[in-house]
Amino acid sequence: MGKTLAEKIISRKIQKECSAGDYVVTPVDLILAHEGTGPLAVDQFTALGKNEAATTGLFFSDHAAPAPRKELADVQRRLREFSRDTGTVFHRPGTGICHQLVAEEWAAPGQIVVGADSHTCSAGALGAFGTGMGSTDVGVALAFGETWLRVPETIQVLYTGSLPPGVFAKDLILETIGRLGADGAIYQALEFGGEVVSGLDMESRITLANMAVEAGAKAGLCAADSTTAAYLADQNREDAYLALAPDPDAVYSQTLKIDAGDLSPRVAVPHFVDNVHPVEEVERVSIDQVFLGTCTNGRLSDLRVAAKLLRGREIPGDMRLLIGPASQRVYQEAIKEGLIDIFLDAGGVILPPGCGPCVGVHQGVLADGERCLSTMNRNFQGRMGNPQGEIYLASPATAAATALTGKITDPREFLR
Amino acid sequence: MTAEIKNTCWVFGDGISTDHITPGRYYHLRGDIPALAEHALEDANSTFADQAKPGQIVVGGKNFGQGSSREHAALVLKERGIPAVIAESFARIFFRNMVNVGIIPITCCTAGFQTGDELVIDLEGGRVKNLTRDLSVSFAPLPSIMRDILASGGLVPYVTEHGGLT
Ligand code: SF4
Repeated sequence: MGKTLAEKIISRKIQKECSAGDYVVTPVDLILAHEGTGPLAVDQFTALGKNEAATTGLFFSDHAAPAPRKELADVQRRLREFSRDTGTVFHRPGTGICHQLVAEEWAAPGQIVVGADSHTCSAGALGAFGTGMGSTDVGVALAFGETWLRVPETIQVLYTGSLPPGVFAKDLILETIGRLGADGAIYQALEFGGEVVSGLDMESRITLANMAVEAGAKAGLCAADSTTAAYLADQNREDAYLALAPDPDAVYSQTLKIDAGDLSPRVAVPHFVDNVHPVEEVERVSIDQVFLGTCTNGRLSDLRVAAKLLRGREIPGDMRLLIGPASQRVYQEAIKEGLIDIFLDAGGVILPPGCGPCVGVHQGVLADGERCLSTMNRNFQGRMGNPQGEIYLASPATAAATALTGKITDPREFLR
Repeated sequence: MTAEIKNTCWVFGDGISTDHITPGRYYHLRGDIPALAEHALEDANSTFADQAKPGQIVVGGKNFGQGSSREHAALVLKERGIPAVIAESFARIFFRNMVNVGIIPITCCTAGFQTGDELVIDLEGGRVKNLTRDLSVSFAPLPSIMRDILASGGLVPYVTEHGGLT
């Protein structure tokens, strides 16, 4: 019987054939945690009496960076010191969002990546089985170099046709979550395929994989192909490449086919990610703040799309446009390409690379009754620091169009 | 593990996220679980945060615990003395986290349950009885590794006992 990507990756790692439903203990290639979840992982590692990491340990300072208050400065220092003492790696504030840095420096096809952050599934874009867990699971994985898992069933998501102008990977994944529902893939993996995925660049594939967890999935996987090889080669990591594809006779729990050609831009409406509507249905909802960034859509191609719309234009006086490059590398490239100037000329505010306002700690908390349209992955009540605020989710193009008009706007109006 | 849990319950709807349970605006309190626990579930029902008593049972709808992986969401419920959460379905990271910190997750139909109802959870028989509404629903047992982790009192004691996962 053929294997899905998830079954292939896990079988290869445990050096034994396994299939959906099996419980296995598997070696772990990378663990990751940040200032929100790292301290507890470190406590558990220490409680186990360990002082040396049994696998590659990556710590990040991105969720509240630079530190907005003393308690968070303290935990960032703690992670820095722990890394120094245990041979793990600490990424200092301002370097970027954990999932982006994992893609830029660490993830590779065939790996098992266990992160104390739910969007660890982002690494699936590179053909790594990335999955989010709690701090204790991650502390144990760091201590023993292994974790237990149930090999998941897989939902195959096939995107056919081609993306119309103004429609992007973000719209595809929002539509997918809208169709599957926020619990539609619990305990399962999503496997993205079809001609659209083959043609997508790595940055857009990360957008797809990143949001797999919003359908409840354990992982969101793309095959590793020539695009993956080129992405790794760009980072001087060509040796990390391994071609990976599902078997043609792999068994899926379900196949969801979406014709990309039929799609218009999509918007997820408060307070649930699966509350997805075509932009046409929510146009003219007034918006106070637009946030372009995060591990979902803070990459160079996202900034380029937004800059294309914003070039030579200005946002209204009562709009706030926040831009958070996903990493220092993205930020530097954006400066070189002149994108940052375009954003500043348009009236935008550039945030340091990191999560920014995504998790409601700082930098762009909403006032009571305010609405934000964001390129992030979650619109849960209170997510941006105020339960009286509302969050709409959309692509960078829709975000830029909305910033220009102050109302939810179809980006195709600016692309005509 | 005790074979039976009996107490009143607090009922929440579908899609309760870990942001509802431990809002991001209390990020700085993550190192102080008792302080964070004072805000448990505050964004879903602020009365719970003020009035929940140790031993009471939390009941949810679909996809309870969705979203962020923050284990603090399970830890604050543990800190408040919640022995078990019953829901129609759980988000998987939260499900694992509950087991890892020693809270029992029970997956079954919770239709008709209301806050204040008196429940009895029969762990061995796999049944939840709602005494107030005269309902009885069955639930499937947890996978054996999770039962073993719960029996040890959580993942850290489990791996300590076994010298690892294998
Ligand atoms: S950008 Fe947002 S979703 Fe991504 S890791 Fe940071 S807080 Fe989480």
